[in-house]
Amino acid sequence: MAKDVKERPFTTVSGVPIDRLYTADSITDFDYEHDLADPGDAPYTRGIYSTMYRSRPWTMRQFSGFGTAEDTNARFKYLLKNGQTGLSVAFHLPTLMGLDSDHPMSEGEVGKCGVAIDSLADMETLFDGIPLDKISTSMTTNAPAMMIWAMYLVVAEKEGVTWDKLRGTIQNDILKEYIAQKTFIYPPRPSMKLIVDTFEFGTKHVPQWNTISISGYHIREAGSTALQELAFTLYDGIEYVEWAIRAGLDVDDFAPRLSFFFNAHNDLFEEVAKYRAARKIWYKVMTERFHCKNPKSAILRFHTQTAGCSLTAQQPYNNIVRVAIQALAAVLGGTQSLHTNSLDETLALPTEQSSRIALRTQQIIANESGVTNTVDPLGGSYFVERLTLDMEKGCWEYFERLDAMGGMVSAIEKSFPQREIQDAAYDYQKAIERKEKIIVGVNDYVMEEESAIDILLIDESVTQRQFDKLNHVRTTRDNDRVNSVREELRKAAKRADGNLMPFVLDCVRAYTTLGEMCDDLRSVYGTYEEPAF
Amino acid sequence: METKIRVLVAKPGLDGHDRGAKVIARAFRDAGFEVIYTGLRQTPEQVVHAALQEDVDVVGLSVLSGAHMTLCPRIMDLMKKEGLNDVMVLVGGIIPDLDVAKLKNQGVSEIFQPGASTEDIVAYVRQNIRKK
Repeated sequence: MAKDVKERPFTTVSGVPIDRLYTADSITDFDYEHDLADPGDAPYTRGIYSTMYRSRPWTMRQFSGFGTAEDTNARFKYLLKNGQTGLSVAFHLPTLMGLDSDHPMSEGEVGKCGVAIDSLADMETLFDGIPLDKISTSMTTNAPAMMIWAMYLVVAEKEGVTWDKLRGTIQNDILKEYIAQKTFIYPPRPSMKLIVDTFEFGTKHVPQWNTISISGYHIREAGSTALQELAFTLYDGIEYVEWAIRAGLDVDDFAPRLSFFFNAHNDLFEEVAKYRAARKIWYKVMTERFHCKNPKSAILRFHTQTAGCSLTAQQPYNNIVRVAIQALAAVLGGTQSLHTNSLDETLALPTEQSSRIALRTQQIIANESGVTNTVDPLGGSYFVERLTLDMEKGCWEYFERLDAMGGMVSAIEKSFPQREIQDAAYDYQKAIERKEKIIVGVNDYVMEEESAIDILLIDESVTQRQFDKLNHVRTTRDNDRVNSVREELRKAAKRADGNLMPFVLDCVRAYTTLGEMCDDLRSVYGTYEEPAF
Repeated sequence: METKIRVLVAKPGLDGHDRGAKVIARAFRDAGFEVIYTGLRQTPEQVVHAALQEDVDVVGLSVLSGAHMTLCPRIMDLMKKEGLNDVMVLVGGIIPDLDVAKLKNQGVSEIFQPGASTEDIVAYVRQNIRKK
């Protein structure tokens, strides 16, 4: 074994070489006021609040959703009862793709990797008995984000909760879909218009809502390095700001509502450096590139999820330990909210028991580990400060390349980020197969016979129940009204100027299905096919 | 000269997670196979049509969304109808143990679950392929 260790390169999980020892000589280019400053002070490297978790712990927000709206509503209530402090909705693939559950492409997917939402009726059930003015809700939806958000707003409207009281987030980050997760519907340019419309609408009508969660999570899951995750995500942020400014919005009107979402992988110090660098870079971007005046516009707030791609199907209980290390990284990096993955997520959606262990992992870090007693406990570590500076430097280099390509939409059209990530994913796989990276239970410490664990099975009756609900909606709503609001939506989309949000809200109020609304926009915008590369 | 092994790598269904499909496609290429990648969101009909058109020896299906027990049996049926009985079918992705035997009964040659190495998959193809 000792021989193997010697021959293995000392690198981070992203392949960055690491020295034997870091000393004061490693950070001679470092200046406390300029590079760090105290927490709560620009450039916010050490954290966005002066007291951080001493005044309030991060929001424990477990992503969940499966089956029908009734099934997920019950899971939400279970999680809230167990001390979860925010909701996070996982939608099934047809919803993410803007298709109704009875579309031919939806076959086999209904309720499988998230909850089936076809219309306002499902959304009413999903949030039944949950006080929308007291809880914050994150919704992972991108291509049809505008429609899903409109459904949430109408549920609140019907319950008498005014929109200024609503808190939550729509992911609404289409750029990373083209780059990594591939859940796109329309081509990039009309998709960007929909997003800018939500920024504008949110600023005016839903002021506490995060209208986007600019996400590196999926970029990392697709196989990027930590640096690529950071650089592409922050540059996506730059692209959204530029599009919104070009559409006539004032940067300080929408920038305070931009939020971010990062991955937490196994390499603890590399991850901490990534979060610290993210805050510092975003501060510089907003003040130096966009000249924001409101200090809040330059503050990077982020959600973290532990790395699904790091979990193993082999010896799945070991995943609890991986998740604990990753969650610790997120906390040491100053995250605002956190999702911890469940041990069984390489096999299926989590069971109630496994999702409870995941939540308890956060509660143990918050209450037992002591790491929340002080802000940025790793600040000043020669090693962590070196990593943070290098992460920042690498980021600016990527930004230069992306600027030279004419921005992220152009870079995506040239398949640049896609290719970078694909290369990194392949290199990582090969490093594992050469045993340069050891994954416990996969390429070392393997057990010949493993006992199976119980996994969540999605009840196959979900599809039929969802079909029945959808048919009920289609036959009981006022279809003349639906036709007329849909006609207005198509006309508004063709005009290309003006905000589409009010038209979508009218469609939602009339119980137009998600598939119908998305079809209307497909008829105007067309659909996106990924170029071969 | 020995003819190259031809492989179709396909993503049936709505699932867009293509990291595994892209990694295995590249590993097959590096192993000297001819690889055709279908792109995302293919119906079973499109997958089988591509397999027929491209005259492949192997079809590799990647599904991570949980829809494999709908999509894979449909593809196997269509392949039988088209007479593609001697084409090896492999499935990779999030496939629970209890579905592995069911898929094999339907004619899937092998299922590669998370953690499978590309070297093992390439070796499996080389050892079990029946060249036409």
